[in-house]
Amino acid sequence: MTEENIKVQIRNLYKIFGNNPKKVLPLVKDGMGKPELLDKHNHVLGIQDVSLDIPEKRIQVIMGLSGSGKSTLIRHVNRLIEPTAGEILVDGEDVMKMSDDQLRDLRRFKMSMVFQKFGLLPHRLVEENVQYGLTIQGVDESEAKKRAQHWIDRVGLSGYERHYPGQLSGGMQQRVGLARALATDAEILLMDEAFSALDPLIRFDMQSILLELQDELHKTIIFITHDLDEALRLGENIAILRDGALIQEGDAQEIVLKPADDYIADFTKDINRAKVIRLYGLATATPNGFDGPTVDGDMVLDEAMPVINEAPDRTVGVTDETGKLIGTVDLSTAIRALHA
Amino acid sequence: MEFLTEFPSLGRADLSAMRRWIDGNFREFTRATGEALEAFFNPLLKFLVWFEDLLQATPWPIILLVIGGLAWLGARDWKITIGSVVAFVLIGVFGMWEDTMSTLAIISVATILCIAIGIPIGILMSRSDRMQSIITPILDVMQTIPSFVYLIPVVMLLGIGKVPGLIAVCIYAIPPIVRLTNLGIRLVDADVMEAADAFGASPRQKLFGVQVPLALPNIFAGVNQTIMMALSMVVIASMIGVQGLGVPVLRAISNQYLALGLMNGLAIVALAIIFDRVSQTYGKRLQAYRTGRGND
Ligand SMILES: Nc1ncnc2c1ncn2[C@@H]1O[C@H](COP(=O)(O)OP(=O)(O)OP(=O)(O)O)[C@@H](O)[C@H]1O
Ligand SMILES: [Mg+2]
Repeated sequence: MTEENIKVQIRNLYKIFGNNPKKVLPLVKDGMGKPELLDKHNHVLGIQDVSLDIPEKRIQVIMGLSGSGKSTLIRHVNRLIEPTAGEILVDGEDVMKMSDDQLRDLRRFKMSMVFQKFGLLPHRLVEENVQYGLTIQGVDESEAKKRAQHWIDRVGLSGYERHYPGQLSGGMQQRVGLARALATDAEILLMDEAFSALDPLIRFDMQSILLELQDELHKTIIFITHDLDEALRLGENIAILRDGALIQEGDAQEIVLKPADDYIADFTKDINRAKVIRLYGLATATPNGFDGPTVDGDMVLDEAMPVINEAPDRTVGVTDETGKLIGTVDLSTAIRALHA
Repeated sequence: MEFLTEFPSLGRADLSAMRRWIDGNFREFTRATGEALEAFFNPLLKFLVWFEDLLQATPWPIILLVIGGLAWLGARDWKITIGSVVAFVLIGVFGMWEDTMSTLAIISVATILCIAIGIPIGILMSRSDRMQSIITPILDVMQTIPSFVYLIPVVMLLGIGKVPGLIAVCIYAIPPIVRLTNLGIRLVDADVMEAADAFGASPRQKLFGVQVPLALPNIFAGVNQTIMMALSMVVIASMIGVQGLGVPVLRAISNQYLALGLMNGLAIVALAIIFDRVSQTYGKRLQAYRTGRGND
């Protein structure tokens, strides 16, 4: 990947829930795990020494099973939760050192959030909900209405402006949530299992809407999910949490091809590898160059297999987006990758 | 042996000295503050008198019209509206119009007072668990202590009349609105509050934009109960000089006038039913959004 700016930086973050987190923090730093901490000291380990650099204008997925600390982690970014130790830097500024006013401005102008349970205001109309962030910012009514309308149209809710959230289906409610978050023009979008409450078809739709919007908006999106398919579809970077600790971080290829441990391997075993693995992840460097046929490294195995099979020596060259050769892949490598 | 059969109470002399000491001090306090208190409550008295005079002076057809109009605005229901008007006509026919107007005046003023004081206290209570743990027992006492007991200091301080009556009614009627405001705010969905936080809402924006509106159905249930409790105090309040339907009831009790007591009693019941139906249907309409009815 190319050189990029870091938008959000999480540094050695710890969160312990309980009566006296500071007291048990040294124990955790010395390596005490979540079960033992709960057993012996009756404290819950929420986040354990997480450090993560989140690049600008990309979708960072954070994945993990239920209870692994995903919600806790994302809520530190806008400081809905105070950490026990550690730092969160947004554009280089420490969120934990902000005054109440600074923090409020951060939440009003720089970040917005989409929630698993929508978090809409049930007593306000759809359009009023979408305007909510703008009202809070103090944008005047006609301007807020105009901007809200734009996003209502973008998420495909035209005609429902004057309905109450309770009159809409879950998928539609979450579109309201998305429109509300987009309406403030915040650079950072926090999405906590935003699509998890939706059924698979609607969920796929929502993912498409998000990808489509991201193509032109280029926001920094932190997207939480417990669903690997969703993570692979959306995530340019994926971080995996277990028991509050970050156990692997990388792009989809690295997660699928080089799982850090059995926990992750287990996660990835049910996916359709042929549709996820791309050639660049498999390429072995060839110092002597290669003069057979070449294919784009972004091609998934599913499409690449026939090409490799037809090629002389059953080997193809792999190029990056600029057309430069990065290595070769032969058929046996490709087949092994499918069954690893 | 005598120690066990007879409770070792304070001596008679000690007790009476103690009582005299309390009474004496309170009387002194009364003398010192009575006038200031009266001056303090004077605007309230003026308002109550003005409102009662207004009701008495207004021609009855206009009152009937207003009653019908308010019932319609509140309930949007023909049956309730017509029922209310008919009840008032009957009250008039049976010669209880004036007393009813007096009662209406004191109940309205008491309710306004309870709302004006009770909702802020309820909001305060919802802000911290400490506040809640301080205010709850006070409300418990206010609701359970026999009204006659707090009538004594009220009358000692302010004498007999409309204001002490109003205060007695309010002491009895205010707890439900405080409790339900507190409860309503505490019951607001944590997810919605979190969303408000995440968008950077200030405490003020959260209170008036989210908490109070979402607590409104509960707050309204509190108003409804407050009105009911105020009505149930009508007879007791009449013992300390409040005009209205309570006065004939009291007279009926001491003279064993069955018909008089029954008629005025029923008039109070009729008022209660009207207030209750109208405010309850209004409260239900407030939550129409929950069931997804009533847009546009
Ligand atoms: N307020 C709290 N008090 C005590 N423990 C908490 C609190 N919030 C979270 N936890 C604990 O922290 C851990 C992580 O919770 P978190 O909600 O972040 O998980 P999650 O990964 O978001 O799970 P899910 O997929 O179910 O939403 C859990 O063990 C949970 O019990
Ligand atoms: Mg969660």
